[in-house]
Amino acid sequence: MLKSEDVKVLGSWSSPFVMRARIALNIKSVNYEYLEERLWEGKSELLLKSNPVHKKIPVLIHGDKPICESLVIVQYIDEVWSSGPSILPSDSHERATARFWAAYLDEKWFPTMKTIGLAQGEDARKAVIPQLEEGLVLLEEAFGKCSKGKPFFGGDQIGFQDIAFGCFLGWLRVTEKMNGAKLLSEDKTPALLEWAHRFCSDAAVKDVMPETDKLAEFSKMIMAKMRAAATPKS
Amino acid sequence: MSEEVKVFGAWGSPFSRRVELALRLKGVQYEYIEEDIFNNKSPLLLKYNPVHKKVPVLLHNGKPIAESLVILEYIEETWKSNPILPEDPYDKAMARFWAKFLDDKCLPALWKAGWSPENEREKAVEEACECLKTLEGALNGKRFFGGATVGLVDIAANFIAHWLGIIQEATGHELLSAEKFPHLFKWTDEFVSCSIVKESLPPRDKLLAFFKDRIAGAMDAPTEASK
Repeated sequence: MLKSEDVKVLGSWSSPFVMRARIALNIKSVNYEYLEERLWEGKSELLLKSNPVHKKIPVLIHGDKPICESLVIVQYIDEVWSSGPSILPSDSHERATARFWAAYLDEKWFPTMKTIGLAQGEDARKAVIPQLEEGLVLLEEAFGKCSKGKPFFGGDQIGFQDIAFGCFLGWLRVTEKMNGAKLLSEDKTPALLEWAHRFCSDAAVKDVMPETDKLAEFSKMIMAKMRAAATPKS
Repeated sequence: MSEEVKVFGAWGSPFSRRVELALRLKGVQYEYIEEDIFNNKSPLLLKYNPVHKKVPVLLHNGKPIAESLVILEYIEETWKSNPILPEDPYDKAMARFWAKFLDDKCLPALWKAGWSPENEREKAVEEACECLKTLEGALNGKRFFGGATVGLVDIAANFIAHWLGIIQEATGHELLSAEKFPHLFKWTDEFVSCSIVKESLPPRDKLLAFFKDRIAGAMDAPTEASK
């Protein structure tokens, strides 16, 4: 008799990458055990064993197999639980487009956003904002093309591109709050503004999307720790 | 019905060569368009990849796809002969993991180690060797990363099989040696010996001359003009 499959996610509540894995599992209605890593207190044995190469979250553990890298995990989930709603588009050109934008977010857009946290001084931070806005304008355009008038990048339901981008909304809102900026706006990104509300309210998302205030507090704490670590000790 | 397949690439770019290799492995006919990526990118390239303005771009029946790993997945899904990804979802996930490791960590580390100024070299080399050690482990004694045949990870690691050795010769600094990484070293041989791979690699002497010029001319850190 086959035991019901054992699915675990190693993660952290504040990580957008972890959110991706959890949203994907929720879309497929897969029951899983969530294990919170307290990263500031040191990484768990299980994490170090499951992701020896990067020692990072998220890790999906399916049975005894660990899968690492959030987008790799999402695709794995889509392929294994194939009877659930599809996460990747069925058309191969659309799949390529979804993957392209996910790569853009991970390699260009989000790293740019992270520099705000480490930027020294108001001017340095303000200089980054237009770059982020430019990226969002590109995504607004992409949304128009991909959604074709439907509520999500994926069409009627949340798909790969929605997950890849939507996971950053918490941090986007923190950035807006802490810099007095409006990254998503009615004049430049009206469609994305509405999409963001829909995404965050979706059943697969709402329980795993962190609250902006909690994230902002956490962000302040990390920045304080980072500055302390960067200060030379005599 | 004939299909229109075009590749916008650059002769020396490992990323554009990945795309060509995948197409050749699957027996797909394509038209190749050489881009002058350093001085004069064509209006078509800028039109088909407005976000990054880089090679490679695959054009299939008028629709462009950019980013080499994205293109490889597209090629795999579109032309079914000689698969480059395993069928099993876990094995597929592992292949994608290693391809990403190559692009995110390994290639940047190797590139940096190759071109580092003297004072930064030791650390850069250490990081690069860590990556090579990890890859050696991932190969796990197999003939190819893909197992018995060339797969996605092998294609993604093309830089290591061909470009790295040439850079080593140009700079005089060795990173990948048979002593330190015996399996990986053997893999480079296996990989470039495949006839289809050999046909899709840039000529060694031309690449060597290019890198030597670069060393002679450049005092600043090199920039990647293609991905």
